[in-house]
Amino acid sequence: MIHLVWLVPFLPLLGFLVNGLGRRYLSKSLAGIVGSGAVLAAFVISLLIFLEVKAPGFQAQVVPLFDFISAGSLHIPFAFQVDQLSALFLLIITGVGSLIHIYSTSYMHDESSEGFARYFAYLNLFVFSMLILVLGANYVMMFIGWEGVGLCSYLLIGFWFKNTNYNNAAKKAFIMNRIGDLGFLLGIFTMIVHFGSVSFPEVFEKAAALGEGSKVIPAIAILLFVGAAGKSAQLPLYTWLPDAMAGPTPVSALIHAATMVTAGIYMIARSNILYTLAPCIQTIVAIIGLATAVLAATIALKQDDIKKVLAYSTVSQLGYMFLALGVGAYTTAVFHVMTHAFFKALLFLGSGSVIHAMGGEQNINKMGGLKKYMPVTHITFLIGCLAIAGIPGLSGFFSKDEILAETFISNKIMYGIALLTALMTAFYMFRLYYITFCGKFRGTHEQEHHLHESPAAITIPLIILAVLSVVGGYVGLPEVFGTHSILKEYLAPVFAPSAPFIHEHEHLTHNTEWLLMALSSVLVIITIFFARSWYRNYEDNGEPRTGIAKVLENKWYVDELYDAIIVKPLMMLSRFFEEAIEKSGIDRLVNGVGRGVHWGSQQVRLLQSGQVGFYIFAMVIGMVVLFVIGFLLK
Amino acid sequence: MPVQYYIFLSIALFCIGVMGVLMRRNAIIIFMCVELMLNAVNLLLVAFSKMWADAGRVDAGGAQIFVFFIMVVAAAEVAAGLAIIVMVYRNSQSVDINIMNRLKN
Amino acid sequence: MGMSLQQIVFGVLSIISIISALGVILSKNPVTSVLCLIVTFFTIAGHYIMLNAQFLAVVHIIVYAGAIMVLFLFVIMLMNLNAEIEPQKRNWLKYAGAISGGALLLVLLGALREADVTPLQPGSTDIGLISNLGKTLFSQYVVPFEVSSILFLSAMVGAVVIGKREA
Repeated sequence: MIHLVWLVPFLPLLGFLVNGLGRRYLSKSLAGIVGSGAVLAAFVISLLIFLEVKAPGFQAQVVPLFDFISAGSLHIPFAFQVDQLSALFLLIITGVGSLIHIYSTSYMHDESSEGFARYFAYLNLFVFSMLILVLGANYVMMFIGWEGVGLCSYLLIGFWFKNTNYNNAAKKAFIMNRIGDLGFLLGIFTMIVHFGSVSFPEVFEKAAALGEGSKVIPAIAILLFVGAAGKSAQLPLYTWLPDAMAGPTPVSALIHAATMVTAGIYMIARSNILYTLAPCIQTIVAIIGLATAVLAATIALKQDDIKKVLAYSTVSQLGYMFLALGVGAYTTAVFHVMTHAFFKALLFLGSGSVIHAMGGEQNINKMGGLKKYMPVTHITFLIGCLAIAGIPGLSGFFSKDEILAETFISNKIMYGIALLTALMTAFYMFRLYYITFCGKFRGTHEQEHHLHESPAAITIPLIILAVLSVVGGYVGLPEVFGTHSILKEYLAPVFAPSAPFIHEHEHLTHNTEWLLMALSSVLVIITIFFARSWYRNYEDNGEPRTGIAKVLENKWYVDELYDAIIVKPLMMLSRFFEEAIEKSGIDRLVNGVGRGVHWGSQQVRLLQSGQVGFYIFAMVIGMVVLFVIGFLLK
Repeated sequence: MPVQYYIFLSIALFCIGVMGVLMRRNAIIIFMCVELMLNAVNLLLVAFSKMWADAGRVDAGGAQIFVFFIMVVAAAEVAAGLAIIVMVYRNSQSVDINIMNRLKN
Repeated sequence: MGMSLQQIVFGVLSIISIISALGVILSKNPVTSVLCLIVTFFTIAGHYIMLNAQFLAVVHIIVYAGAIMVLFLFVIMLMNLNAEIEPQKRNWLKYAGAISGGALLLVLLGALREADVTPLQPGSTDIGLISNLGKTLFSQYVVPFEVSSILFLSAMVGAVVIGKREA
C-alpha cells in the first residue's frame, strides 16, 4: 500500500482539475460528488496506509517519484516520506477534510453552480497542497505544499471576491504568510549551504553529528520558526487569522482551524532534533507560544462575532501547541493538533450551521436561545465547548492537561500562565455558548421565523466530529490511568533522533499529576459556572464597552499598532518612492529618452532628402572617414 | 614591375568613377561611371592574379574566373538597369536623377 | 633611367585610360562620354594582355565594348540625349563631389602606398590561357557558371517586363 501513497495527493489534484476546468459545465451535485469523492477516496487510502504504518517496528519509507532539482552536488527528489507522523497527519487532513467537504455541499448550496465548482476546486487544491506538505520527504517539497496552502488560503478567504473587505483580508493573510515564508526559505538555504541537502534523514543525521553548541542549528531553527509563526499565526504574525474568517465557514474550519495552521507545528515536530539541539530557540518558541495563547485568549473574551471568538481561540490553542513544542513535548503538541482538529472543526462547523440558520448573521448579540430551534447543532456545539474547555473525559482534557503537566515540569511560572489561559478558554467558550444558545432570541422577527435545524449533510459531520471530540483523547491517555499512551508509543520512532539529546528531567509523581489534573478540572468547572451565571440570561444592552473591555474588544489595538508602525511608514516610503524616484526620476528619464529620440529623429529626418546624389556623397564621405580611422588605428 | 603601379591606376580609375557618380546628374552617365568602377576593380584582380601566379600559386586563375563572373553580372545588371532608365525616361521625359527623389516619402 | 618596354607600354596605356576616363565624366555630350568609356575599356583590355590574361581581354572587349557600350549608345540615341540637355548641377555639390572623390583618392593612395606586395615578374604565365581557364571554369566553377545562365535569363525577363509599356 505504501507505494501507492502518491494516490493520496493525486486524487484531490484530479478533483481540482476536474472541478476547476469543468466549472462551467458541472452541475452542483456533480461538482460536490467529485470534490468530496476525491478526498473521501484519499481518506480510504490514507486509512489503509495508516493501518500498515501503525504496525510495531515500521520503518519510515521514502517513495521517490522523480528527480525534481538536480544541480551540482545538490539533489532534491520529488519524493514522499511515509512514517508515523505523516500517516497521522494524512488521517487528520483527509478525514476532517472529507467531513468538511460533505458539509460544504450543503453549506455552499446558495452559490451559483460555477462558484460552487470553483469552491470545491480550491478546496481540493488545498487538500492536495496540504498533503504534499506533510508527505514531502524533504524541506523543499514541504515548502511547495507550504506555498500551495498559502495560495489556497488566499483564494478561499477571498472567495467572495466582490467584497473589498474580504479581498483585503485575503491579501493580509497572504502578505503575513510571506513574511514567515521568507524565514522558512532562508532556513532551507542555510540548510543547503551547511548540510548540502534538504532531505529529512540526511539533515537530521548531519545535525545530530554537529551536536549541541553549533551555531548553525539555532540559526536554522529560528528561521524555520519564523516560517511556522507566520503559517500558524503566532506572535507577532497572528493578526491575519482572525481576518481570515472572511472566507466561507467550512474553509475556516478546514484551513484556519484544523489543518493549515497546524503546518507550523508539523514542521517543528518534524524537525524536532533541530530544536532539541538548540535549547535557547526552544525557549523562544515556548515563550512566544505562551504569549500568543494568553493574548489571543484575552481578546477572545470580548469578541461579539461568533467566528472571531473561534478564530482567537484557534490562535490561542496554536499558542498552546507551540508551548508544548517549546518545552520539548513534541508528542503532546501533535496530540493537541489532533484533538484540536476535531473539536475546533466541530465548533466552526457548528457556528457555520448557526450562521446558516441565521441567514448570514454572525453577531452573537443578535442570537440567543437557539437551543430549542437547532437541537443537534446545540448538542454538538456544547460537546465541542466542553472538549476545548478541558472537561475531564473529553479529548481536549487529555491533550491540554498533558501540555500543562509538561509545562509544569519545565517551568512553574509558565504553568501558572498556561493554566490561566485554560481558564480563560473555558470562560470565553461558555460565554459564546450561553449567549448563542441560551436566553431568549434577540434577532429580528423574520430571522426567528426562518430558524431551522440544518440538513443532514451538515448535521452528520457535526455528529461524527462530536464523537471524535469525545473519544479522540483516549489514544493519548496519560500514564496515571494505569495504561500507557498509545500515541506516544506510535510516534516514538519520529522523535527517536531527539531522544539522546533530551536531558533527563524529573518525572512527575503520580500524586502530583493527579493533583494538577484535579486542580485544572475544578478551576475550569468553577469558571464555567461563572460564565453561566453571567451570560445565561444575556441581554444586549447596547452600551459601548469601557476600560479594559474596550481594549480587548479592539484586540489590544494590535492591528492599529501594526498599521501605525509598519503599514503607514511603508506607505509613506512607497509614496515617496513613487513621487521622487518613479515619477520625477525614472519616468522623466524614460520620457526624456523618448523625447530625445523623437527630437533627434526629427532633425535627422531632414537628411533623408530623397536625393540619390546626396546619399552617394554621404556614402563616399563615410568611406573616407572609415579609411582615415583605420589608417590612424594602424 | 611593381604591383603598386596597377594599384595606383585602379585607384585612379575608381576615384574618377566615384567623382563621376557624384558630379553628374544624368542617370546614364552615372551608370557608366559605375561600370568604370567595376572595371577598375577587375583590373586590380587580374593584376593580383598575375602576382600570385608568379609566386607559384596554381589556383591564381580563380581571380580571373572571378573577373569573368563580374563581367557576367555586369552584363545582366546593364540589361536590367538600362530597362529601368528607359522606363523612367518614358514616364518623366528625363533621366535627371534629381527628379527621382520619391524615396523621400 | 632605363625603362623596360613593359613599363613604357604600361605608362602609355595608363595615361590614355585615365585621360579617357576623365573624358567620360567631364564631357557634356553623353555620346562623347560613351566613346571615351570605350577607349578606356580598350586600354584596360590592353592591360589584361600585359598581365597574361588573354582570355579575359577578349571577353572584356566583346562584352563591354561590343555589347554593353553598344547598348548604352543605343539607349542614348533612342532617348535623343545626344544634345547637351543635362541641366547644370548646383555648383557647390559638383565641387563637393570632386573634393570628396579626390579625398577618397588620396586616402586610398595613402593607405596602399606602402602595401607589401611582391613585384610582378616580366615573364609570362599560362593561367590566363583559354584552355586553363576553361578547365577551371568547367570543373571547379561549373555550378556558378550554370547558375549565371539563370541570372542572365532572369535579367532578360526582367528587362522585358520592365520595358513593356503598361506592365
